[in-house]
Amino acid sequence: MGDTGLKIEFGSGAESASISEALAMAESLAGDPPPGLVEVVPAFGTVTLYYDPVKVSDFDAWLARIEQRARKPGKHSRKNVREVVIPVCYAPEHAPDLDRVAAQAGLAPGKVAELHGRADYHVAAVGFTPGFPYLTGLPKKLHTPRRATPRLAVPAGSVGIGGPFAGIYPLASPGGWNLIGRTPLDLFRANDAAPALLRVGDRVKFRAISPEEFAAWK
Amino acid sequence: MEIKVLRCGMLSTIQDLGRPGLRAAGVPVGGAMDAFALRVANLLVGNDEDAAGLEMTRVGAELEFGEDTVVAVTGATAGGPEPWRPHFLKAGTRIGWGQFTAGCRAYLAVAGGFDVPVVLDGRGTYLRAGWGGWHGRPLRRGDVLTVTPPDRTLTAGNWHIDPRILPAYATNPILRVLAGAQAGEFSPQWTQSEFEVHPHSDRMGVRLQGAPLARAVTTELDSTAVAPGTLQVPPDGQPIVLGADAQTIGGYPQLAHVISVDLPLLAQLRPADRVRFSEVTLAEAHRLYRAREHALALLREGLAQKRR
Repeated sequence: MGDTGLKIEFGSGAESASISEALAMAESLAGDPPPGLVEVVPAFGTVTLYYDPVKVSDFDAWLARIEQRARKPGKHSRKNVREVVIPVCYAPEHAPDLDRVAAQAGLAPGKVAELHGRADYHVAAVGFTPGFPYLTGLPKKLHTPRRATPRLAVPAGSVGIGGPFAGIYPLASPGGWNLIGRTPLDLFRANDAAPALLRVGDRVKFRAISPEEFAAWK
Repeated sequence: MEIKVLRCGMLSTIQDLGRPGLRAAGVPVGGAMDAFALRVANLLVGNDEDAAGLEMTRVGAELEFGEDTVVAVTGATAGGPEPWRPHFLKAGTRIGWGQFTAGCRAYLAVAGGFDVPVVLDGRGTYLRAGWGGWHGRPLRRGDVLTVTPPDRTLTAGNWHIDPRILPAYATNPILRVLAGAQAGEFSPQWTQSEFEVHPHSDRMGVRLQGAPLARAVTTELDSTAVAPGTLQVPPDGQPIVLGADAQTIGGYPQLAHVISVDLPLLAQLRPADRVRFSEVTLAEAHRLYRAREHALALLREGLAQKRR
């Protein structure tokens, strides 16, 4: 990937096998970094290494060693998997697209919230904006195409559905996902050493809260 | 020292060399679009290369310097003091830049560097989220910036940068690229085409217009890493070359990546400039990268000797 990046693909789609191989590789690289490594970005079934070409004097040999490691990435260690519970308010004032998703799925809005809130999710990638998690595990019934016209301003904390993924907007930003709820949690804090609440590999559960609980949170 | 902003220019932001190391958290690298120009400006005034400087876009600012200082201006041809060399300024000096005559972004380094808080390991402004730099925003008239006191005596010798080490700045440049992961899904003829820079270009990406690039397949892609220089092709076939504030992952097909040493040329493109691409090998890109770093190391060493 250009002259300072190397993207390794372990498989495509939201297959959990390739995602966990990619995570294992990212872990292995962090534990035993090759010379010149700047940082590692896992996303879905890929891992991208950024490196400094000045510190990699024999690139071909360097690449061969990394390819060898990628063939046997090992196991993603369970102890690094964190479980994070995200409180969500599904009340209409925080869920402007809940009816649209419900109509698409042929379900009552309350049922959509229930299905969304009961599922187990994994963070498959973080990006789009700082701290934005792409969550796999959304029940198939709730897969909903993105809005044809993106909103210019989505409030921070909005919980959305984009195609087969669930996600959460950490910052106010433009966005095309269907908004079905909102969390009072800060998903991104620029002043923290670990600024993103969620990282790739985390398990995520949602917990429904009332508008009163949402309002009282801060 | 204080610097008063008398005129703010079109888009003037504090930038450094970015905040690598946080891309897994979705934080863009950011920093100067033309990092080469900022690095040289900093070296000329005796700063570390990654000190915070001012990136001015297309129309420059007017500043009043409160104390004696040394400054250097690099990058776009901006008028004002002669570029690519240090200047000693007396307290009270005012410098203004008008509309740039060539290039898009000019860099001002001041001895000591701009004193702004470190946010997420960097001093650069990230406009989209509104943090870093000067209160997370572009400068406005009336702002009063502070500069860290330099840790050495001010000297502005009578020397210039050897123009041979500068990137080949041009209004109609050829950007060298490496093939991207989806290059095989596009006709290799694309490098024969010329593209025009669209006005909606910014620090996130330079939008290009030309004969649409048709993708042979329509499979959806997972979002995977993208970086400054990545040339991605949205469904309308009009490519976007990502800039310093590029998001960290993206799902558009990646046709190519502009090589690191040509990113300064990308940074200096203005709307209506025309650009072409030519493919090089990874070995060549690495050779050029190392050669540039070698040239900067020599410059750093040479300037340190003159200051002794």
